[in-house]
Amino acid sequence: MRAVVTLATAVAVLLLLPAAAAAKDRRGAALYAANCASCHGLNGQGVPSATPGVNGVDGQGPPLRGVGARAADFYLRTGYMPLANAHDQPSRKHVVFTEPEIRALVRYVASLGTGPPVPTPHPGSVSAGLRLFTDHCAGCHQAVAQGGYVTGARVPPLTDATDRQIAEAVRVGPYLMPRFSTKAITPAQLNDIVAYVGYARHPDDRGGWAIGHLGPWPEGAVTWLLAAAALLGVCTLLGRRLRT
Amino acid sequence: MIRRIVRFLDQRTGTAPLLKKSLRYLFPDHWSFLLGEVALYCFVLLVLTGIYLTFFFDDSVAQMTYHGSYRPLDGSTVSHAYASVLHISFDVKAGLLIRQTHHWAANVFVAAIVLHVLRVFFTGAFRKPRDLTYLLGLGMLMLALLEGYAGYSLADDLLSGMGLAIGYSVAMSIPFVGANLANLIWDGPFPGSSSFWPRLFIAHVLVLPVLIGGLLAAHLVLVASRHHTQFKRSARESERHVVGIPAFPGQAPRSIGLMLWVFAVLFLLGGLVQINPVWLWGPYHVGDGTNGAQPDWYLGWLIGALRLVPGFDLTIGHYTLVPNPFWGGALFPGVVFGILILWPWLERKVTGDDAFHNLLERPRDNPWRTAIGVAILTWVFLIFVSGSADRVDVLFGIDYATQIWVYRVAIWVVPLIALFVTKRVCDELVAGERRR
Amino acid sequence: MTKLRDWLIAAGVLLLGRGSPPAPRESRPRIVAPGEPDRRAENIVLLLFVLATIAAAAFIAVYALDRLSHQTQWLGLAIGGAFALLALAGTVIAHRLVVIEELVEPYPEDSPDTQDEIVQIVEESGSRFTRKRLVTVVGAGALGTIGAALLAPAASLGPLLHTGELYRTTWRRGRRLVDEGGTPFSADAIEEGTFYTAYPEGADRELVGSPIVVVRLPPAEIRDRKDWAPRGIVAYSKICTHAGCAVALYRKPTFAAVQPRPALVCPCHYSTFDPAAGGAVLFGPAGRPLPQLPLEIDRAGNLRASGTFSGPVGPSWWGVRMGKARS
Repeated sequence: MRAVVTLATAVAVLLLLPAAAAAKDRRGAALYAANCASCHGLNGQGVPSATPGVNGVDGQGPPLRGVGARAADFYLRTGYMPLANAHDQPSRKHVVFTEPEIRALVRYVASLGTGPPVPTPHPGSVSAGLRLFTDHCAGCHQAVAQGGYVTGARVPPLTDATDRQIAEAVRVGPYLMPRFSTKAITPAQLNDIVAYVGYARHPDDRGGWAIGHLGPWPEGAVTWLLAAAALLGVCTLLGRRLRT
Repeated sequence: MIRRIVRFLDQRTGTAPLLKKSLRYLFPDHWSFLLGEVALYCFVLLVLTGIYLTFFFDDSVAQMTYHGSYRPLDGSTVSHAYASVLHISFDVKAGLLIRQTHHWAANVFVAAIVLHVLRVFFTGAFRKPRDLTYLLGLGMLMLALLEGYAGYSLADDLLSGMGLAIGYSVAMSIPFVGANLANLIWDGPFPGSSSFWPRLFIAHVLVLPVLIGGLLAAHLVLVASRHHTQFKRSARESERHVVGIPAFPGQAPRSIGLMLWVFAVLFLLGGLVQINPVWLWGPYHVGDGTNGAQPDWYLGWLIGALRLVPGFDLTIGHYTLVPNPFWGGALFPGVVFGILILWPWLERKVTGDDAFHNLLERPRDNPWRTAIGVAILTWVFLIFVSGSADRVDVLFGIDYATQIWVYRVAIWVVPLIALFVTKRVCDELVAGERRR
Repeated sequence: MTKLRDWLIAAGVLLLGRGSPPAPRESRPRIVAPGEPDRRAENIVLLLFVLATIAAAAFIAVYALDRLSHQTQWLGLAIGGAFALLALAGTVIAHRLVVIEELVEPYPEDSPDTQDEIVQIVEESGSRFTRKRLVTVVGAGALGTIGAALLAPAASLGPLLHTGELYRTTWRRGRRLVDEGGTPFSADAIEEGTFYTAYPEGADRELVGSPIVVVRLPPAEIRDRKDWAPRGIVAYSKICTHAGCAVALYRKPTFAAVQPRPALVCPCHYSTFDPAAGGAVLFGPAGRPLPQLPLEIDRAGNLRASGTFSGPVGPSWWGVRMGKARS
C-alpha cells in the first residue's frame, strides 16, 4: 500500500513538474510580453528600427536570442532593464520585479536560444586583480572603481555592484562597455578582478578620511573649503577688521 | 637672563640698534595683511617636512618587483621611487603623517599665495614703491606652481605620471623650440632617460626651494624696508606716516600665534584627511591610464584650458607651427602671468599716476581696477571649473560635450558681464557712502 | 617640627629665590605702554600650555608605541592638537596679555641726495677712462660671451638639436605582438567588441613608441587602409597624439542602431579616435589622428607588424609632419 502511494506521488509529481515548469514559463513569457517585447520583440528577435508601441513609447532594441541567463540576470538585477527610452543610457535603479519574477524572466530569456548561464565567481587574488583591473578596466572605471566618463556615456562606479554582477558585466559588456570573453580574461583572472573590486569597495585608507577616493578634486575642495576657510577665520580672529 | 643674552649678542654682532628698531617695528593692523604670513609659515613647514622626506625617498625610476607592506601591489612592477614612497607611507613611523602634512601644506601654500596676491591687487599695494616687491612675489607664485608639480610627480604614481606626460606635451608644443626644449629637459623623448628623475628630484629639493627662499628673503627685506601699506582709518594714517602695532610686544604673539595655527591646521589635515594615496593609484607605466586623472588644484586651470581648445594643430604646409596643447597649456598661463606682471606698469600708463602710494584703496575706491580684476578672475575661474565638466556629467547628468560648448562661449561672455556688474556695484557702494 | 618647617622654608627660598637679583635700574621712562594684569587670561594661558604639553607628550607616546589602529590619525590629532592649543594660548596672549599700542612713525623716504652722490662716485671713478663707451661695450661683449660659454654645457642635459629620436619607435616589420606576460597574440585570440594592449616582442615597453591597442571590427566597416587590417584586426599607438596619455578606453555599441560607433578614447581630455577610419579624431582636442600600425598574420597564426606606424607616435611638435615614423 505504502509503495503504491509513493509510486503514485512520484508519478503525480513527474506529471505536474512540466506543468509547473510550463506555468513558470508562461509566467516568464507573460512578464516578458508585458515589459520587454515592445523593444526586444515577442520572440527576442530584436526591434531594429523605432516602432511605435504602447503608451506612445517607441520600441527599439537588440535581439536577445542566445544572450543566455547571464545577460538577463545582469540587466534585470541591476535595474538597467526595463529601459524607458532606447536612447537613454541604462543605469542602476530600483528593481521593479520581485525575486520570483526575475527568475522567471531570466529563465524565459535563456530559453530564447543557447546562451551562457549565470556565473559564480570564486575567491581570487587581489594583487593579480589589481594588475588586470589596471590593464582592462581602470581607463573607464577609474583606479579604485569610482567610475567616470567616456565620450558619450557615464561610467558607473562599481561600489554598489555584487560580485556576480561584476563577473556578468565583464562577460556581457553592457551598453558601451567592451565585453571580455574567456579568451581575453580567463575564469581565474575574472575571479581576481572580482576580488580586486571587492577590495576597492573598502580599500586601505590609513591616511584618514578618504574623501571619495577621487584624488585632487576633493583634495582641492578640502584645501579651500576647510583649510583656507579656517585660516581666513584665524586671520580675522588675530587681526583687526576695517572699520569704515 | 635676558640682559645676558642681549649683552652677548650686541658685543659680538653690534646689532643692538637694529634689534631695538626691529622690536619696535610697526605693523599696520588688518586681518588681510596676515595672508602673506600664512603662506610664509606653510613654506617653513614644507621645508621642514620636506627635509624629513628626503631622508627616505629614493630618486630612481629603475623598475623593481614590489614585495613590500602593501599586499595588493605584491608582485607589481614599480619604480624604486614609488616603492620608497610606499615605504614612507606604510613602514616609517609617522611617515604617512609627515608625507600628508607636506602635501597639504603645498596645497594650502599656493592657496594662501593666491589669496595674498588678490589682496595686494585689489587694494593697490603693488603700486610704487612696492612694484618690485610685487614682482618678486609673482616670481614666487610661478615657482610654487612648478615646485608643487615637481613634488607630487616625484612619487611616480599613475596619476602624476599621466600629468608629467601632459607637461612634456605642453613643452613639445612650444612653437619652433618645443621639441628641443622637451628633449633637453627629459634627456630624450618621453619618458626620458634615467637622468630625468634625479633632475626632477634636485629641482624639487634644492634648486626651486633655494630660488623661492632667495626671492622670499628679498621680498621680506623690501616689505620691511619700505614698511607695510595701510588703510586710511583715521586722521593719523597718511602717505607720510604709518600707524601700526610694534613687533614687540603687540605683534609677536599674533604672528607666532598665526604660525602655530597654520601648523595646527596642516598637521590636523595631515593626520585626519587622506591626500594622494599613491598606493591606490598604482605605479605609472607609459601604457596605463586611469579615468578621472586630475592635477592638483592649482593646475586645474590648465587642464580646463587644454580640454576647451578645439582639436587642431596649426600648420604651414608640413611645418607644425602650433601643436594643440600650446594654447591651453602655455599661452593661457603666459597671458595671465603676463597681465599680472605688467599690471603696475599698465596702470601707471593708463591713469598717469606715477606717485608713491603707502595708503591702500578699498576695492570699491578703484572701480576700474576692481572690475577688470574681477573679470580676469572670472575668466580664469570659469576655465578652471570647466576642467571638472566630466565629473559634473557623472554627478548631475549634464552632457559633457554640451558643457564644453557652453563653457567655450561663457568664458568670454561672463567676464564681460562681471566687469560691468562689478563696476556698477563699486560705484553704487561709494555713492551710498558719500550720501551718508 | 619647627626644625622641619625651617628647612622647608629655607629650601623654598633657595629654589624660588635663586638667580641673580636684578641690577638696580636708573629710573627710565617706560618705553612699552603699561597695561592692567588679567589673571583670568593668564590662568587660561597656563591651562592651555599644560594641555598642549599633554598633547605633545601623547604624540611621543603614540609614536613610540605604534600600536593603535588609525595610527596616523591619532598622531595627527595629537601634534595638531598640541599646536592648536599653543596657538590658542598665543591668541589669548595677543588679545588679553600684551598691550596693543598703536604708534605712529614716518614712512621711509628715498634719498635723492645720496642717489646723486652714488652716481657721482661711479662717474668720478671712471674719470681715467678716455673711451668709456667702447670699453663698456667690448667688456660687456666679453662678459656676455663668458656667460654664454658657462651656459653652453647645459646643452649636455639632452639631445637639444637632435630631435630625430622622436620619429623612432620600437616597431618594425615582422615584430610580433605580445601581451603583458610576453605571450604572442594569435589572430584568433582577437575578438570583436573588446580591446587589447600589445607590446613589441623583446623591446622596452616603457617607451611611447611601444604600447599599442588592438581591436577587431567587421571587415566591411573598415573604411581606410584596409590592407593594414587582416580579418578586420586593427592596431593603433596607445599614446594619445594630444598630450601623451595612454588611450585606455574603448567604447563599443551593444545596439548600433542607437548607440555611438566603436571608438578609442583618451581619459585625460577625452580625445576620441575612430579605429575604422585610420584613427581619425571624432571628438576632443587632439590635432592628429592616432598613428596606425599595419598588421599581418604569420604562418603560425600570430599577429606581426607589417611595417611601421602611419605617423610619428606621441604628442605633436614642430616637426611631427616633416618625417615618417622610423624603426
